[in-house]
Amino acid sequence: MALRPPVSEHDHAAGPTDARLTLVEYGDYQCPHCAAADPVVRSVQKAFGNELRFVFRNFPLAEMHPAAEPAAEFAEGAAVQGKFWEAHDAIFAYSRRHGPPSLGPDAFASIATALKLDAQKLEADVASHHYLERIKNDFNGGVRSGVNGTPSFFINGKRFDGPATVEALTEALRDALSE
Amino acid sequence: MSILAPGTKAPEFSLPSTPDQRVSLSDFRGSLVVLAFYPADWSPVCGDQMALYNEMLGEFRKQKVQLLGISVDGVWCHAAFASDRKLHFPLLADFEPKGAVAKSYGAYREPEGLSERALFLIDSEGVVRWSYLSPIGVNPGADGIFDALDALSGKGG
Repeated sequence: MALRPPVSEHDHAAGPTDARLTLVEYGDYQCPHCAAADPVVRSVQKAFGNELRFVFRNFPLAEMHPAAEPAAEFAEGAAVQGKFWEAHDAIFAYSRRHGPPSLGPDAFASIATALKLDAQKLEADVASHHYLERIKNDFNGGVRSGVNGTPSFFINGKRFDGPATVEALTEALRDALSE
Repeated sequence: MSILAPGTKAPEFSLPSTPDQRVSLSDFRGSLVVLAFYPADWSPVCGDQMALYNEMLGEFRKQKVQLLGISVDGVWCHAAFASDRKLHFPLLADFEPKGAVAKSYGAYREPEGLSERALFLIDSEGVVRWSYLSPIGVNPGADGIFDALDALSGKGG
């Protein structure tokens, strides 16, 4: 199963553009498994250093997780203020600490304060669904790539079907390096 | 038993979707239908699969496709499941006689008494244009459906 569309400059990416490995995650901010996978990804990023580029794409199951889409809109708004990854990590950390159902306007307000974001602008961005189309595009691309749940990972464009653990991801990334 | 292949006339059915409503395949003559057989309400993989399709309803609507979920569960079970998962498409009860529609599509698992996890794309003339049998424990996603829709509309893909 291949990644469609391929990674481009429109994606949120951490790590060098010419890294030999690109790990793409389709995730939902209110999904408990994604919250659990976030530190796993951080640790894999640390281990592979400049050999790895990590890309996050939105896959909010909005009917099941009512705060998933607003959270994605919040992170997109933070991106425009130059703090995508900070907001991304903070949302998952908040969800791990207080539980996924705790995500909502209060959570976003407290994250905005902690990250010194322009909270008023962010709130307006979320309320006006300014970034919703981008989020839906991520979602539709995920569906076309065969994403059937979250988190779903792709390594160099190929679907990773193992568990979201440091060991399994490390092994799969090593295999991709030797290909 | 193998599932109905493309080119086969899709067998007609009329099944309850709620305690007082029935849905027939012929209701949708003139439009495209995706028939998604799944083993059971509430089992985790199906939940994910139906939840995913629920999120895709806008896209299905845009392509003028009617999505129908179908399992051997009864209407009350479907009602509770749909309400819990906030599903906004019909779930049909292939309950009495049990699995008769699944059997007519070659999508019934005899020993367990469940339907297979099988997808059918039926065209406006009532002919199967694409079908897919997924391993029972694997959520097949929706990419196959959209590829088939692209192929049908000549978009390639």
